[in-house]
Amino acid sequence: MAETRYTKDHEWVRRDGDALTIGITDHAQTALGDLVFIELPEPGRAVEAGEACAVVESVKAASDVYAPLAGTIAAVNGAIVEDPALVNRAPEGEGWFFRLTQANPDDFAALLDEAAYRALVASL
Amino acid sequence: MTESIADLRVTPLDALHRALGARMVGFAGYAMPVSYPAGILAEHRACREGAALFDVSHMGQAELRGPDAAPALTRLVPGDILGLRPGRQRYTLLTNASGGIRDDLMVARLAEDRLFLIVNAACKAADFAHISANLPPAVTLAEQPGRALLAFQGPKALALLTPLAPALASLPFMAVGECAIAGIPCLVSRSGYTGEDGVEISLPAASAEDLARTLLALPGVLPAGLGARDVLRLEAGLCLYGQDIDETTTPVAAGLAWTIGKRRRENWDFPGGAAIRDELAAGPAQRRVGLRLEGRAPARAGAVILAEGREVGRVTSGGFSPTLAAPIAMGYVAAAFAQPGTALAIVVRERALPARVTPLPFIPHHYAS
Repeated sequence: MAETRYTKDHEWVRRDGDALTIGITDHAQTALGDLVFIELPEPGRAVEAGEACAVVESVKAASDVYAPLAGTIAAVNGAIVEDPALVNRAPEGEGWFFRLTQANPDDFAALLDEAAYRALVASL
Repeated sequence: MTESIADLRVTPLDALHRALGARMVGFAGYAMPVSYPAGILAEHRACREGAALFDVSHMGQAELRGPDAAPALTRLVPGDILGLRPGRQRYTLLTNASGGIRDDLMVARLAEDRLFLIVNAACKAADFAHISANLPPAVTLAEQPGRALLAFQGPKALALLTPLAPALASLPFMAVGECAIAGIPCLVSRSGYTGEDGVEISLPAASAEDLARTLLALPGVLPAGLGARDVLRLEAGLCLYGQDIDETTTPVAAGLAWTIGKRRRENWDFPGGAAIRDELAAGPAQRRVGLRLEGRAPARAGAVILAEGREVGRVTSGGFSPTLAAPIAMGYVAAAFAQPGTALAIVVRERALPARVTPLPFIPHHYAS
């Protein structure tokens, strides 16, 4: 049973067994606007929590995407590099960014649950 | 350029922007729409293929009045203002004593003794103070804070507009005239900042929302914000003051020497004239160029430009061109590297990305004849 949690930087983290899939939320894609370029980390790279590891560029500006927790990049979604607008169309589905392994389960549990994330967005 | 939302001034269309769901940002002291819910790409496409409406009421408008209005302004700019006929408009520059650019502006001659000026929002207080301080007693500068400014741009803009204002059909490029649109008295110029055909409409602030709603109701018209405007002007190779040109760049380096009137080249009697004359003769140390990057990563303002691993310039404007589906930029490079086709590199996130000098504009202008 997959469970989704969130960061205050507007990323979502879906846990399915040992694998964590990470992307940006619908709120984030709306705020960024039309995406035109995405750069993803190299698979195999070890990342720290909060480390900038991907870049999204909208027509307006560049923004970093952070590793929501420590782990190793296991896979990246090449489809969004080819078609950055996929993130605008399906931010919390086909527009995922990367998968992390070797993460600490406690780190996942410490992320925001859906209610807390919704409250955060509502407060903006 | 983003500023805190507190203390911002608003344009006469502020309520309309908010009703349309615009994302508002601070720009030059004003709360301005950066985009609407359709998004920058859709707004850009509307302007390239149909028509788009921009609120540019933050810009400074003023009328210079008096029998010697034209000679008075002539002393401050390199443009041939004396040769500007009534009903015509010209792009010109306010220069400083060393030949740098204080601002770029549009000057329309409404009558022998009336010039209408449109200047950049961020510069308007300084521009108007500078102009006022340099006027003879019989010429007055009347600022027009009670007027709004709308830009209606795109290949279908005129066809959509002429049923509301038949006189506009015969208005040539860079001509200006007073005319009613849907019964509202307007000052209209056939010009813009997108590279497309279109008009800029100055009108009383109180009528601005009425006219904006009328134009937005026409088929295929989208409201467009500063985000789309910036992409459109970059594709069109047009300078943004404060970014591509400023007090430290000269008309020669900026590729704007064409604005120096033929008659002005006899006496060079405008601020910085001698310096500009000498630079034009010797050739500038740096030149503004267009740049195309390989790959999809845009280079933004400030990025370092390399030739054979050595810094030869900086990007001043950069982004992603939806028309070309490729990143484009403008910047200044050492004159030896300014030839179209020159292979350079631009540093983006510590990587040197291959780029090539490209003629401006990036896409052809589609102005009326």
